[in-house]
Amino acid sequence: MYNFEFVKPSSIAEAVKALAEDGAQPLSGGQTLIPTLKQRLNQPDMLVSLTGIAEMKGIKAEGGALVIGGATPHAAVAAEAAAHYPALAALAGNIGDPAVRNRGTIGGSLANNDPSACYPSAALASGATIVTDRREIAADDYFQGMFATALDEGEIITAVRLPIPQKAAYVKFNQPASRFALTGVFVAKFADGVRVAITGASNDGVFRWAEAEAALSANFAPEALEGLSLSGDNMISDLHGTGPYRAHLCKVLAKRAVAAA
Amino acid sequence: MAKVSMTVNGKSVSGEVEGRTLLSTFLREGLGLTGTHVGCDTSQCGACVVHIDGKAVKSCTTFAQDVAGAEVKTIEGMANTDGSLSTIQQAFQDHHGLQCGFCTPGMVMSAAALLADNPKPTEAEVRHHLEGNICRCTGYHNIVKAVLAASGQDVGQIAAE
Repeated sequence: MYNFEFVKPSSIAEAVKALAEDGAQPLSGGQTLIPTLKQRLNQPDMLVSLTGIAEMKGIKAEGGALVIGGATPHAAVAAEAAAHYPALAALAGNIGDPAVRNRGTIGGSLANNDPSACYPSAALASGATIVTDRREIAADDYFQGMFATALDEGEIITAVRLPIPQKAAYVKFNQPASRFALTGVFVAKFADGVRVAITGASNDGVFRWAEAEAALSANFAPEALEGLSLSGDNMISDLHGTGPYRAHLCKVLAKRAVAAA
Repeated sequence: MAKVSMTVNGKSVSGEVEGRTLLSTFLREGLGLTGTHVGCDTSQCGACVVHIDGKAVKSCTTFAQDVAGAEVKTIEGMANTDGSLSTIQQAFQDHHGLQCGFCTPGMVMSAAALLADNPKPTEAEVRHHLEGNICRCTGYHNIVKAVLAASGQDVGQIAAE
Protein backbone atom coordinates (compact mmCIF):
# COMPACT_ATOMS: atom_id res chain seq x y z
CA MET A 1 0.00 0.00 0.00
CA TYR A 2 1.30 3.48 -0.88
CA ASN A 3 1.55 5.80 2.07
CA PHE A 4 -0.76 8.77 2.65
CA GLU A 5 -1.55 11.31 5.31
CA PHE A 6 -4.37 10.28 7.66
CA VAL A 7 -6.75 12.79 9.18
CA LYS A 8 -9.81 12.20 11.34
CA PRO A 9 -12.06 15.24 11.64
CA SER A 10 -14.86 15.38 14.22
CA SER A 11 -17.39 17.43 12.22
CA ILE A 12 -18.83 17.44 8.70
CA ALA A 13 -17.52 20.98 8.15
CA GLU A 14 -13.95 19.94 8.99
CA ALA A 15 -14.23 16.86 6.76
CA VAL A 16 -15.45 18.92 3.79
CA LYS A 17 -12.58 21.36 4.32
CA ALA A 18 -10.01 18.54 4.44
CA LEU A 19 -11.49 16.95 1.31
CA ALA A 20 -10.97 20.17 -0.62
CA GLU A 21 -7.21 19.44 -0.57
CA ASP A 22 -5.69 17.97 -3.73
CA GLY A 23 -5.48 14.20 -3.58
CA ALA A 24 -7.73 13.88 -0.52
CA GLN A 25 -10.29 11.06 -0.43
CA PRO A 26 -12.92 10.11 2.14
CA LEU A 27 -12.60 6.88 4.15
CA SER A 28 -15.65 5.41 5.82
CA GLY A 29 -15.54 1.86 7.22
CA GLY A 30 -12.79 0.97 4.73
CA GLN A 31 -14.01 -2.56 4.09
CA THR A 32 -13.71 -2.02 0.34
CA LEU A 33 -11.27 0.87 0.18
CA ILE A 34 -8.54 -0.70 2.34
CA PRO A 35 -8.32 -3.93 0.25
CA THR A 36 -8.26 -1.70 -2.87
CA LEU A 37 -5.38 0.34 -1.43
CA LYS A 38 -3.49 -2.85 -0.58
CA GLN A 39 -3.65 -3.84 -4.23
CA ARG A 40 -2.29 -0.40 -5.16
CA LEU A 41 -5.36 0.28 -7.28
CA ASN A 42 -5.76 3.67 -5.64
CA GLN A 43 -3.21 6.22 -4.46
CA PRO A 44 -4.66 9.02 -2.32
CA ASP A 45 -2.37 11.68 -0.83
CA MET A 46 -4.66 11.98 2.14
CA LEU A 47 -7.45 9.88 3.65
CA VAL A 48 -10.13 11.72 5.57
CA SER A 49 -11.78 9.33 8.01
CA LEU A 50 -15.50 9.90 8.46
CA THR A 51 -15.86 7.51 11.40
CA GLY A 52 -15.22 10.12 14.11
CA ILE A 53 -18.08 12.41 13.13
CA ALA A 54 -20.86 11.97 15.70
CA GLU A 55 -23.45 13.87 13.60
CA MET A 56 -23.07 11.23 10.84
CA LYS A 57 -23.96 8.28 13.06
CA GLY A 58 -27.24 6.87 14.28
CA ILE A 59 -30.73 5.95 13.17
CA LYS A 60 -33.96 7.79 13.80
CA ALA A 61 -37.56 7.38 12.64
CA GLU A 62 -38.91 10.65 11.25
CA GLY A 63 -42.38 11.04 9.72
CA GLY A 64 -42.74 7.64 8.04
CA ALA A 65 -39.08 7.45 7.09
CA LEU A 66 -35.86 6.21 8.64
CA VAL A 67 -32.96 8.62 8.64
CA ILE A 68 -29.63 6.82 8.90
CA GLY A 69 -26.34 8.67 9.37
CA GLY A 70 -23.87 8.04 6.57
CA ALA A 71 -21.21 6.64 8.93
CA THR A 72 -23.58 4.19 10.64
CA PRO A 73 -22.20 0.65 10.45
CA HIS A 74 -24.24 -2.22 9.03
CA ALA A 75 -24.43 -3.93 12.44
CA ALA A 76 -26.10 -0.87 13.96
CA VAL A 77 -28.65 -0.77 11.12
CA ALA A 78 -29.31 -4.51 11.58
CA ALA A 79 -30.01 -3.97 15.29
CA GLU A 80 -31.70 -0.57 15.40
CA ALA A 81 -33.75 -0.55 12.18
CA ALA A 82 -35.42 -3.88 13.00
CA ALA A 83 -38.38 -2.32 14.82
CA HIS A 84 -39.07 0.22 12.04
CA TYR A 85 -38.02 -1.36 8.75
CA PRO A 86 -37.40 -5.12 9.19
CA ALA A 87 -36.49 -5.79 5.54
CA LEU A 88 -33.74 -3.18 5.68
CA ALA A 89 -32.45 -4.53 9.01
CA ALA A 90 -32.38 -8.06 7.58
CA LEU A 91 -30.44 -6.85 4.54
CA ALA A 92 -27.89 -5.08 6.75
CA GLY A 93 -27.53 -8.18 8.94
CA ASN A 94 -26.50 -10.29 5.98
CA ILE A 95 -23.84 -8.06 4.43
CA GLY A 96 -20.39 -9.67 4.52
CA ASP A 97 -19.66 -11.16 7.93
CA PRO A 98 -19.97 -9.84 11.51
CA ALA A 99 -16.56 -8.13 11.54
CA VAL A 100 -17.28 -6.40 8.21
CA ARG A 101 -20.69 -5.29 9.54
CA ASN A 102 -19.04 -3.67 12.56
CA ARG A 103 -16.92 -1.39 10.34
CA GLY A 104 -18.61 -1.06 6.94
CA THR A 105 -21.12 1.79 6.66
CA ILE A 106 -24.26 2.57 4.67
CA GLY A 107 -22.76 5.80 3.32
CA GLY A 108 -19.60 4.03 2.23
CA SER A 109 -21.57 1.33 0.45
CA LEU A 110 -23.79 3.83 -1.38
CA ALA A 111 -20.83 6.05 -2.34
CA ASN A 112 -18.94 3.07 -3.76
CA ASN A 113 -22.03 1.71 -5.61
CA ASP A 114 -20.56 -1.73 -6.19
CA PRO A 115 -22.77 -3.46 -8.80
CA SER A 116 -23.23 -6.41 -6.42
CA ALA A 117 -23.64 -4.53 -3.12
CA CYS A 118 -26.87 -4.93 -1.17
CA TYR A 119 -27.62 -1.36 0.02
CA PRO A 120 -28.08 0.25 -3.42
CA SER A 121 -31.10 -2.00 -4.02
CA ALA A 122 -32.66 -0.96 -0.69
CA ALA A 123 -32.09 2.73 -1.37
CA LEU A 124 -33.51 2.53 -4.90
CA ALA A 125 -36.50 0.33 -3.99
CA SER A 126 -37.35 2.54 -1.01
CA GLY A 127 -37.18 5.70 -3.12
CA ALA A 128 -34.58 7.00 -0.67
CA THR A 129 -33.07 10.44 -0.57
CA ILE A 130 -29.27 10.63 -0.38
CA VAL A 131 -28.35 13.57 1.84
CA THR A 132 -24.87 15.02 1.28
CA ASP A 133 -22.90 17.86 2.80
CA ARG A 134 -24.31 20.18 0.14
CA ARG A 135 -27.64 18.88 -1.28
CA GLU A 136 -30.25 16.11 -1.37
CA ILE A 137 -30.33 13.61 -4.25
CA ALA A 138 -33.24 11.29 -5.10
CA ALA A 139 -32.14 7.65 -5.41
CA ASP A 140 -33.57 7.59 -8.95
CA ASP A 141 -31.01 10.27 -9.93
CA TYR A 142 -28.19 9.09 -7.69
CA PHE A 143 -27.16 5.70 -9.14
CA GLN A 144 -25.47 6.26 -12.49
CA GLY A 145 -23.96 2.90 -13.43
CA MET A 146 -21.35 0.50 -12.12
CA PHE A 147 -19.33 2.30 -9.37
CA ALA A 148 -20.77 5.60 -10.67
CA THR A 149 -22.96 8.00 -8.67
CA ALA A 150 -24.15 11.59 -8.77
CA LEU A 151 -21.62 12.54 -6.06
CA ASP A 152 -19.13 15.26 -6.97
CA GLU A 153 -15.46 15.14 -6.04
CA GLY A 154 -15.13 15.58 -2.27
CA GLU A 155 -18.90 15.36 -1.65
CA ILE A 156 -19.85 13.09 1.25
CA ILE A 157 -23.05 11.27 2.15
CA THR A 158 -24.03 12.57 5.57
CA ALA A 159 -27.33 10.67 5.83
CA VAL A 160 -29.80 8.53 3.93
CA ARG A 161 -33.55 9.04 4.29
CA LEU A 162 -35.55 5.90 3.48
CA PRO A 163 -39.36 6.04 3.34
CA ILE A 164 -40.73 2.99 5.17
CA PRO A 165 -42.88 0.80 2.89
CA GLN A 166 -46.09 -0.98 3.91
CA LYS A 167 -44.44 -4.28 3.01
CA ALA A 168 -40.95 -5.12 1.83
CA ALA A 169 -38.41 -7.91 1.50
CA TYR A 170 -34.92 -8.39 0.14
CA VAL A 171 -33.88 -11.78 -1.18
CA LYS A 172 -30.22 -12.30 -1.95
CA PHE A 173 -28.66 -15.22 -3.77
CA ASN A 174 -25.38 -15.39 -1.89
CA GLN A 175 -22.05 -15.60 -3.67
CA PRO A 176 -20.68 -17.75 -0.86
CA ALA A 177 -17.00 -16.80 -1.16
CA SER A 178 -17.43 -13.02 -1.14
CA ARG A 179 -20.87 -12.93 0.53
CA PHE A 180 -21.85 -10.21 -1.93
CA ALA A 181 -25.11 -10.73 -3.80
CA LEU A 182 -24.65 -12.92 -6.85
CA THR A 183 -28.02 -11.32 -7.57
CA GLY A 184 -30.37 -9.66 -5.09
CA VAL A 185 -33.90 -8.27 -5.40
CA PHE A 186 -35.52 -5.70 -3.10
CA VAL A 187 -39.31 -5.35 -3.37
CA ALA A 188 -41.09 -2.49 -1.56
CA LYS A 189 -44.86 -1.90 -1.56
CA PHE A 190 -46.02 1.65 -0.89
CA ALA A 191 -49.55 3.11 -0.87
CA ASP A 192 -48.95 4.55 -4.34
CA GLY A 193 -47.30 1.50 -5.93
CA VAL A 194 -44.57 -1.09 -5.81
CA ARG A 195 -40.85 -0.52 -6.45
CA VAL A 196 -38.51 -3.36 -7.43
CA ALA A 197 -34.74 -2.79 -7.44
CA ILE A 198 -32.17 -5.35 -8.53
CA THR A 199 -28.49 -5.58 -7.66
CA GLY A 200 -25.80 -8.00 -8.85
CA ALA A 201 -27.28 -8.37 -12.31
CA SER A 202 -26.91 -5.49 -14.74
CA ASN A 203 -23.67 -4.20 -16.22
CA ASP A 204 -25.15 -0.76 -15.45
CA GLY A 205 -25.37 -1.49 -11.72
CA VAL A 206 -28.54 -1.40 -9.63
CA PHE A 207 -31.74 -0.85 -11.64
CA ARG A 208 -35.53 -0.80 -11.32
CA TRP A 209 -37.56 -3.46 -13.10
CA ALA A 210 -40.43 -1.37 -14.46
CA GLU A 211 -42.57 -4.22 -15.83
CA ALA A 212 -42.45 -6.05 -12.51
CA GLU A 213 -43.36 -2.86 -10.66
CA ALA A 214 -46.43 -2.36 -12.88
CA ALA A 215 -47.53 -5.99 -12.51
CA LEU A 216 -47.05 -5.99 -8.73
CA SER A 217 -48.76 -2.62 -8.30
CA ALA A 218 -51.85 -4.21 -9.89
CA ASN A 219 -51.55 -7.49 -8.00
CA PHE A 220 -48.99 -7.88 -5.19
CA ALA A 221 -48.53 -11.65 -5.55
CA PRO A 222 -45.71 -13.84 -6.90
CA GLU A 223 -47.99 -15.06 -9.74
CA ALA A 224 -48.20 -11.51 -11.07
CA LEU A 225 -44.62 -11.92 -12.35
CA GLU A 226 -45.36 -15.19 -14.18
CA GLY A 227 -45.43 -13.88 -17.75
CA LEU A 228 -42.51 -11.47 -17.36
CA SER A 229 -38.87 -11.94 -18.25
CA LEU A 230 -35.68 -9.89 -18.40
CA SER A 231 -33.09 -10.11 -21.15
CA GLY A 232 -29.64 -11.42 -20.20
CA ASP A 233 -27.96 -9.32 -22.90
CA ASN A 234 -26.67 -6.54 -20.64
CA MET A 235 -26.27 -8.66 -17.52
CA ILE A 236 -23.02 -9.37 -15.68
CA SER A 237 -21.46 -12.56 -17.00
CA ASP A 238 -18.62 -14.16 -15.03
CA LEU A 239 -17.44 -17.52 -13.75
CA HIS A 240 -20.22 -17.52 -11.14
CA GLY A 241 -23.06 -17.11 -13.60
CA THR A 242 -23.90 -16.05 -17.15
CA GLY A 243 -26.06 -13.08 -18.10
CA PRO A 244 -29.11 -15.23 -18.91
CA TYR A 245 -28.65 -17.09 -15.59
CA ARG A 246 -28.70 -13.79 -13.70
CA ALA A 247 -31.74 -12.63 -15.71
CA HIS A 248 -33.51 -15.82 -14.65
CA LEU A 249 -32.47 -15.27 -11.02
CA CYS A 250 -33.99 -11.78 -11.06
CA LYS A 251 -37.44 -13.22 -11.63
CA VAL A 252 -37.04 -16.14 -9.23
CA LEU A 253 -35.78 -13.88 -6.45
CA ALA A 254 -38.42 -11.21 -7.14
CA LYS A 255 -41.14 -13.84 -6.69
CA ARG A 256 -39.53 -15.03 -3.46
CA ALA A 257 -39.28 -11.45 -2.21
CA VAL A 258 -42.96 -10.79 -2.89
CA ALA A 259 -43.86 -14.01 -1.06
CA ALA A 260 -41.65 -13.03 1.89
CA ALA A 261 -42.84 -9.40 2.12
CA MET B 1 4.77 9.58 11.05
CA ALA B 2 2.19 10.36 13.69
CA LYS B 3 1.81 9.33 17.30
CA VAL B 4 -1.10 7.04 18.09
CA SER B 5 -2.34 6.06 21.54
CA MET B 6 -4.93 3.49 22.54
CA THR B 7 -5.69 1.00 25.28
CA VAL B 8 -4.71 -2.58 24.43
CA ASN B 9 -5.74 -5.35 26.81
CA GLY B 10 -6.24 -2.81 29.57
CA LYS B 11 -2.87 -1.07 29.18
CA SER B 12 -2.30 2.39 27.71
CA VAL B 13 0.06 2.12 24.76
CA SER B 14 1.35 4.48 22.12
CA GLY B 15 3.67 4.40 19.14
CA GLU B 16 4.72 6.11 15.93
CA VAL B 17 2.77 5.02 12.86
CA GLU B 18 2.34 6.00 9.22
CA GLY B 19 -1.01 6.82 7.67
CA ARG B 20 -1.08 3.40 6.05
CA THR B 21 -0.16 1.45 9.22
CA LEU B 22 -2.84 -1.17 9.80
CA LEU B 23 -4.00 -2.00 13.31
CA SER B 24 -2.70 -5.56 12.78
CA THR B 25 0.75 -4.16 11.91
CA PHE B 26 0.74 -1.85 14.93
CA LEU B 27 -0.24 -4.71 17.26
CA ARG B 28 2.24 -7.21 15.86
CA GLU B 29 5.25 -5.06 14.94
CA GLY B 30 4.73 -2.04 17.17
CA LEU B 31 3.65 -3.82 20.33
CA GLY B 32 4.99 -7.33 19.73
CA LEU B 33 1.52 -8.83 20.19
CA THR B 34 1.91 -11.53 17.56
CA GLY B 35 -1.08 -13.55 18.73
CA THR B 36 -3.17 -11.57 16.24
CA HIS B 37 -2.52 -13.43 13.01
CA VAL B 38 -2.56 -12.10 9.47
CA GLY B 39 -3.75 -14.91 7.25
CA CYS B 40 -5.01 -13.56 3.94
CA ASP B 41 -4.44 -9.80 4.24
CA THR B 42 -7.45 -9.44 1.91
CA SER B 43 -10.18 -9.11 4.58
CA GLN B 44 -11.54 -12.59 4.05
CA CYS B 45 -10.06 -15.04 6.56
CA GLY B 46 -10.76 -13.45 9.95
CA ALA B 47 -7.50 -14.64 11.61
CA CYS B 48 -6.79 -11.01 12.56
CA VAL B 49 -10.07 -10.34 14.38
CA VAL B 50 -9.72 -8.25 17.54
CA HIS B 51 -12.27 -6.31 19.58
CA ILE B 52 -12.47 -2.53 19.28
CA ASP B 53 -14.67 -1.04 22.00
CA GLY B 54 -16.22 -4.50 22.36
CA LYS B 55 -16.94 -5.07 18.66
CA ALA B 56 -15.18 -7.74 16.57
CA VAL B 57 -13.32 -6.19 13.63
CA LYS B 58 -10.62 -7.26 11.18
CA SER B 59 -7.45 -5.55 12.36
CA CYS B 60 -5.90 -5.98 8.89
CA THR B 61 -8.72 -3.85 7.46
CA THR B 62 -8.59 -1.03 9.99
CA PHE B 63 -6.00 1.74 10.17
CA ALA B 64 -4.21 2.17 13.49
CA GLN B 65 -4.87 5.92 13.48
CA ASP B 66 -8.59 5.34 12.91
CA VAL B 67 -8.90 3.63 16.31
CA ALA B 68 -6.80 6.10 18.30
CA GLY B 69 -8.19 6.30 21.81
CA ALA B 70 -10.15 3.05 21.50
CA GLU B 71 -10.19 0.06 23.83
CA VAL B 72 -8.64 -2.83 21.90
CA LYS B 73 -8.69 -6.42 23.07
CA THR B 74 -6.55 -9.10 21.44
CA ILE B 75 -6.12 -12.82 22.04
CA GLU B 76 -3.36 -11.97 24.53
CA GLY B 77 -6.02 -10.32 26.68
CA MET B 78 -8.38 -13.30 26.71
CA ALA B 79 -6.90 -15.48 29.44
CA ASN B 80 -8.09 -15.12 33.02
CA THR B 81 -6.10 -12.81 35.30
CA ASP B 82 -4.41 -15.80 36.98
CA GLY B 83 -3.11 -16.95 33.58
CA SER B 84 -5.52 -19.85 33.19
CA LEU B 85 -7.41 -20.21 29.92
CA SER B 86 -10.75 -18.43 29.58
CA THR B 87 -13.89 -20.54 29.18
CA ILE B 88 -13.84 -20.17 25.39
CA GLN B 89 -10.13 -20.98 25.08
CA GLN B 90 -10.52 -24.01 27.37
CA ALA B 91 -13.47 -25.23 25.30
CA PHE B 92 -11.37 -25.04 22.11
CA GLN B 93 -8.76 -27.22 23.83
CA ASP B 94 -11.29 -29.65 25.33
CA HIS B 95 -13.17 -30.15 22.06
CA HIS B 96 -10.15 -30.09 19.76
CA GLY B 97 -11.38 -26.95 18.03
CA LEU B 98 -8.10 -26.46 16.23
CA GLN B 99 -5.44 -28.31 14.32
CA CYS B 100 -2.63 -26.00 13.19
CA GLY B 101 -4.02 -23.17 15.32
CA PHE B 102 -3.41 -20.37 12.85
CA CYS B 103 -7.07 -19.31 12.64
CA THR B 104 -7.70 -19.86 16.36
CA PRO B 105 -7.05 -16.33 17.67
CA GLY B 106 -9.65 -14.96 15.25
CA MET B 107 -12.06 -17.79 15.99
CA VAL B 108 -11.80 -17.16 19.74
CA MET B 109 -12.27 -13.40 19.35
CA SER B 110 -15.28 -13.85 17.04
CA ALA B 111 -16.77 -16.46 19.36
CA ALA B 112 -16.31 -14.16 22.36
CA ALA B 113 -18.13 -11.35 20.52
CA LEU B 114 -20.97 -13.70 19.65
CA LEU B 115 -21.40 -15.00 23.20
CA ALA B 116 -21.32 -11.46 24.61
CA ASP B 117 -24.35 -10.59 22.43
CA ASN B 118 -26.05 -13.96 22.39
CA PRO B 119 -25.09 -16.11 25.41
CA LYS B 120 -26.95 -19.26 24.21
CA PRO B 121 -26.67 -19.37 20.42
CA THR B 122 -28.03 -22.22 18.34
CA GLU B 123 -25.68 -24.25 16.18
CA ALA B 124 -27.00 -22.40 13.10
CA GLU B 125 -26.32 -19.05 14.75
CA VAL B 126 -22.76 -20.07 15.61
CA ARG B 127 -22.12 -21.17 12.03
CA HIS B 128 -23.63 -17.95 10.62
CA HIS B 129 -21.56 -15.84 13.01
CA LEU B 130 -18.32 -17.60 12.07
CA GLU B 131 -18.84 -17.09 8.31
CA GLY B 132 -16.00 -14.57 8.25
CA ASN B 133 -13.51 -16.88 9.98
CA ILE B 134 -11.88 -19.40 7.72
CA CYS B 135 -10.20 -22.61 8.95
CA ARG B 136 -8.36 -24.72 6.38
CA CYS B 137 -7.45 -27.69 8.60
CA THR B 138 -10.28 -29.17 10.54
CA GLY B 139 -13.51 -28.23 8.99
CA TYR B 140 -15.66 -26.32 11.42
CA HIS B 141 -17.39 -29.06 13.35
CA ASN B 142 -15.24 -29.04 16.48
CA ILE B 143 -14.95 -25.26 16.44
CA VAL B 144 -18.74 -24.95 16.49
CA LYS B 145 -18.89 -27.61 19.20
CA ALA B 146 -16.33 -25.70 21.29
CA VAL B 147 -18.31 -22.46 21.01
CA LEU B 148 -21.54 -24.21 21.99
CA ALA B 149 -19.77 -25.88 24.92
CA ALA B 150 -18.33 -22.52 26.01
CA SER B 151 -21.88 -21.18 26.12
CA GLY B 152 -22.69 -23.85 28.69
CA GLN B 153 -24.81 -25.98 26.36
CA ASP B 154 -24.65 -29.76 26.27
CA VAL B 155 -22.68 -30.89 23.23
CA GLY B 156 -22.81 -34.60 24.08
CA GLN B 157 -25.28 -35.21 21.29
CA ILE B 158 -23.03 -33.66 18.63
CA ALA B 159 -20.87 -36.41 17.17
CA ALA B 160 -17.13 -35.82 16.91
CA GLU B 161 -15.75 -35.75 13.39
